[in-house]
Amino acid sequence: MTEGAVLRAEGIGKSYPGVRANDDVSFAVAPGEIHALLGENGAGKSTLVKMIYGLVRPDDGRMLLNGRPHQPADPRAARAAGVAMVFQHFSLFDALTVAENIALGMENPPPRRALSARIAQVSQDFGLPLNPDRRVVTLSAGERQRVEIIRCLLQNPRLLIMDEPTSVLTPQEAELLFATLRKLAAQRTAILYISHKLEEIRSHCDRATILRHGRVVDSCDPRAHSARDLAAMMVGGDMRPIDRSGRQAGEVLLQVKGLSQPAPTADATALKSVALTLRAGEILGIGGVAGNGQDELLAALSGEIRNAPGTILLEGADLSRLGPEARRAAGLLAAPEDRLGHAAVPDFSLTDNTLLTAGARKGLVRKGLIDRPAARAFAQDVIRAFDVRTPGPETAAKALSGGNLQKFVIGREVMQAPRVLVVNQPTWGVDAGAAAAVRQSLLDLARAGAGVIVISQDLDELLELSDRFCALNEGRLSAPLPTQGLTLDQIGLMLGGAHGMEVAHL
Amino acid sequence: MIDPVALFLMLLTASTPILFAALGELVAERAGVLNLGVEGMMITGALAGFAAAYHSGNPVLGFAAAALAGALIALPFAVLTQFLLSNQVASGLALTLFGLGLAALFGKPMEGVKAPTMAPGPLGLHWIVWLGLLMVPLIWWFLNRSRAGLILRGVGENHDAAHALGYDVRRVRIAAIAFGGAMAGIGGAFISVATVLQWTEGMTAGAGWIALAIVVFSNWTAPGVLAGAWLFGGVTVLQLRLQAAGVRVPVQLLSMAPYLATIVVLVAISARQKFSRRAGSTAPGSLGQDFHALR
Repeated sequence: MTEGAVLRAEGIGKSYPGVRANDDVSFAVAPGEIHALLGENGAGKSTLVKMIYGLVRPDDGRMLLNGRPHQPADPRAARAAGVAMVFQHFSLFDALTVAENIALGMENPPPRRALSARIAQVSQDFGLPLNPDRRVVTLSAGERQRVEIIRCLLQNPRLLIMDEPTSVLTPQEAELLFATLRKLAAQRTAILYISHKLEEIRSHCDRATILRHGRVVDSCDPRAHSARDLAAMMVGGDMRPIDRSGRQAGEVLLQVKGLSQPAPTADATALKSVALTLRAGEILGIGGVAGNGQDELLAALSGEIRNAPGTILLEGADLSRLGPEARRAAGLLAAPEDRLGHAAVPDFSLTDNTLLTAGARKGLVRKGLIDRPAARAFAQDVIRAFDVRTPGPETAAKALSGGNLQKFVIGREVMQAPRVLVVNQPTWGVDAGAAAAVRQSLLDLARAGAGVIVISQDLDELLELSDRFCALNEGRLSAPLPTQGLTLDQIGLMLGGAHGMEVAHL
Repeated sequence: MIDPVALFLMLLTASTPILFAALGELVAERAGVLNLGVEGMMITGALAGFAAAYHSGNPVLGFAAAALAGALIALPFAVLTQFLLSNQVASGLALTLFGLGLAALFGKPMEGVKAPTMAPGPLGLHWIVWLGLLMVPLIWWFLNRSRAGLILRGVGENHDAAHALGYDVRRVRIAAIAFGGAMAGIGGAFISVATVLQWTEGMTAGAGWIALAIVVFSNWTAPGVLAGAWLFGGVTVLQLRLQAAGVRVPVQLLSMAPYLATIVVLVAISARQKFSRRAGSTAPGSLGQDFHALR
């Protein structure tokens, strides 16, 4: 199998100050193989592919591409050698057209008209519809990814690297992507596929190399293992299953009726008569592809944006015209998606950050003066209860890793014992251990009688946590369905199906 | 009365300094660099150009020296912002103050002498006016049709993506800053070597700031810069004519008209653009942001 491998890595090592990102990593990718690179955040997957793509140089070891030494000095050299990469973030230019974006990713792009013709050709061959003259800013996430893929395909790569490509796609768009990858694999292109979505890897990849703390811990055929086994290899030990028991829906806590609001900026989404009901002890999951009104809905619920009278009722009291402080005092709390800059002030200490949302509810501010010892004690409580790894409450928020800060931000709200908590993307970019802790804390909060709204783009998370599920699509919220028995297909249709393909209504 | 053709020719001359400076700043900003040092680079060019023209007796040499001096004085700004990651706004302001002070100091011996003149080009306009008009389509073509221009726009739109694709963000930006400096230098020298024919301290009189405003007004396009420069130049010429005709409006009001008109148009344009991010082109995505590559 590894005879005549497209890419072979032997003993690759890379150190950053204080971190050994990769250590003695060896693996091989065969032609026509979809090879998964599996691991938690910080396991060294990104560093490894950056070395293959010439963005980072390895300290030790060597790589062979088609049997020849592969030491790209920069991405151009890697591309010339036949390596192409689809990035998870930041590699498209919003203000430029599709054709210009593709030209920037090529060494010797043909003249504009010829390039447009080739884009049309490739997009037809692979069933990826795309208009070369559209500006990227007007495209959906799925369409943007098509741009990146076509940019890679035009170079006829021998090895295609994909970094968490499905994190922004609806299930239908993901299916389309896998169909493309299989066509490519059938043409003997090797594909290196990074993900931590286990089910996806199990159903689509031929081989998996599992990384933990920068080292290869295992290599297997993912189809022959259960998702549980793979997760255990990834985190090095059994995952504690989530405990969903002991909750029952009580009285209605939060009612949202006919909530409409115009888009606050040109890039934002307008909310269109959103309605929902949340009971005590219940977790309501709200799914949707990014940019369909998630941030705006959170802002409307938290009080950052005030609403028309009578649209938001907490236990019968009308909170619509109140700001965030007053809503917190009434028991409606929120934790936004962006940890640094929205949920927390990066340069403030953890103590100061607790003051920002917990001042009123925890009595940390009296007569306009800050009770520092109380604030520090509360920060310390959050740190202890949520296992936040930090030297102490006086550490600046920005010094914490993403997962630890997320635990702190969620913990700060949970420990104020809210009546209703609204969270947006509670485990985005957080490793599996911390994500499980955050999810369990939300379940525990609901068990204690609070209502929880989880807005997330991670469908597995929503299926795991929520009792009822609804989808946010272009600012409209669908009617909720019980999560039990809901299939991914149904959810995909609720989310709007594949963008640019067919829009389904439910 | 005022002859429209003559007025238009005067307008062309009056708009040339800001046209050069704004075109240079346009290229820098499309590469993602906000350089508020335009005024400082212009005055440096004005002095260097005047001194070179005076000593050599050749105005062409003056303009060459002005371009070189403008690019050179922009280099400290480039080093500060691209290598030391200094704040671009503060560094640009420092560049303006530095240029104004430096020119005032070294300009002392130049006071009171006269610059050599050169034969005018077609329609009695200075050759530099024609060069400026030629630069508009050239820069448009460079930005929108050439490979190098595409890379420059890519760097300005999203420097992380450009870096990920293997482009040298810093090198592109330093080249753009130097080009911006050279253009501002020529613009400044046009005032001292082609129109006033003398050196006076602070003679650019805020033209660099107007150039910066015009880049915004232009929506970051070369034809837009030309329109902005003509608007400013047109109002300047018109108010001078009105002053000469002895209109009963206070001189102070007339003198401030070009600046006022530019600001009013800018405000109107930004108000219109606020809600059309998806429709038109707006500021480059990485404008004014520091780029730091992790290796």
